[in-house]
Amino acid sequence: MGKQRGIEILVGLFMAVGFVALFFLAMQVSNLSAAVNSDGYRLTARFSNVGSLKARSPVSMAGVRVGRVEAVTFDKDTYEAVVTMRIDAATDTIPDDTFANIFTAGLLGEQYIALEPGGSMEYLGDGDEIAHTQSALILEQMIGQFLFSKAGGD
Amino acid sequence: MLLDGLARLGRSGLGALERLGRAHLLLAGMVLGIGEILRRPGLLIAQLFNIGVLSMLIIGVSGLFVGMVLGLQGYYVLAQFGAAESLGVMVAASLVRELGPVVTALLVAGRAGSALTAEIGLMKATEQLSGLEMMAVDPVRRILTPRFFGGVLAMPLLAAMFSAVGVLGGYFVGVGLLGVDSGSFWSQMQSKVDFHEDIVNGVIKSVVFGVVVTWIALFQGHDSVPTSEGVSRATTRSVVHAALAVLGLDFVLTALMFGE
Repeated sequence: MGKQRGIEILVGLFMAVGFVALFFLAMQVSNLSAAVNSDGYRLTARFSNVGSLKARSPVSMAGVRVGRVEAVTFDKDTYEAVVTMRIDAATDTIPDDTFANIFTAGLLGEQYIALEPGGSMEYLGDGDEIAHTQSALILEQMIGQFLFSKAGGD
Repeated sequence: MLLDGLARLGRSGLGALERLGRAHLLLAGMVLGIGEILRRPGLLIAQLFNIGVLSMLIIGVSGLFVGMVLGLQGYYVLAQFGAAESLGVMVAASLVRELGPVVTALLVAGRAGSALTAEIGLMKATEQLSGLEMMAVDPVRRILTPRFFGGVLAMPLLAAMFSAVGVLGGYFVGVGLLGVDSGSFWSQMQSKVDFHEDIVNGVIKSVVFGVVVTWIALFQGHDSVPTSEGVSRATTRSVVHAALAVLGLDFVLTALMFGE
């Protein structure tokens, strides 16, 4: 009986340690603590070029993440990229003349959408489209333009 | 001559199919026997002890060292690109996605799978299994089912321990020895490692490996030739087949889960 009880205690300990490890992985290692809650609302924006923006790229305002990109699709009629993003429900006061830019975090970092609020008192709601957008800066294009203007300036 | 060769090919093909069929019948029998462990949870606890608790030491030590090596190697590569802060992401993602489930499965196959095969094989060789049958006790339900579910339950827990200890090992080397900033180590890790995509998929992987490794081990024991030589060969086959199956399945699962 004593031996059986010892085994039971050790197995209980084993399972507890296993669940603690899983909990540690979930809370400390992954982003569950900053949960990507699926509530919130959707906004869309059209860009002529999204660069390397992907689903799950961050959407930020004033440098703080307020949502994530949900999908990037291509509109075959207007030849534009349509970005669907999900904004956290708490951030429900985005003016309807907000500017959406695609920036790069650092020189080699990932691309993200930065929202710059306008001055309107009308707020965007679920399914609305951000009208003012600025496409991703493509490094090769910029270098090309720079070289071209240098050569033309002579 | 040609016909002989054809016949031999056909016989080995039929033999392989027969073994496959027996293996699946055994799997079905073990899964259907789940009522037995609900009636006698003591059987399952004893197997969790054998497979889980006794494997904790080797899992913990290997996890620690794998994490420390990842920390060292990752640092030297990432530092060349000035991205040493991403060390946490690299260590955690590679552990949670791949190394945790796979190395744990390989270690369990060697540490517990071989023992299961030898145990069942010897029970068969010494006619304990037939003895149980004579007493109208189904040996599959009584002996194999608790072992099977013990392995399936223990594997994801062991893999989680492996990954968690590995992340701590990587932290110890990266932050403690090499001077990576502790804050960016954790924050980069948390922003890049996704709970559903990385951790849940890692757990799914290790459950699949748990099924495969224990199933192969139990089937090899149950299907072994009841002699000492047969048991020794079954034990070897158990480890080799389990390792091959884990590595092959890992590729398939990775392609299904992470390949977009």
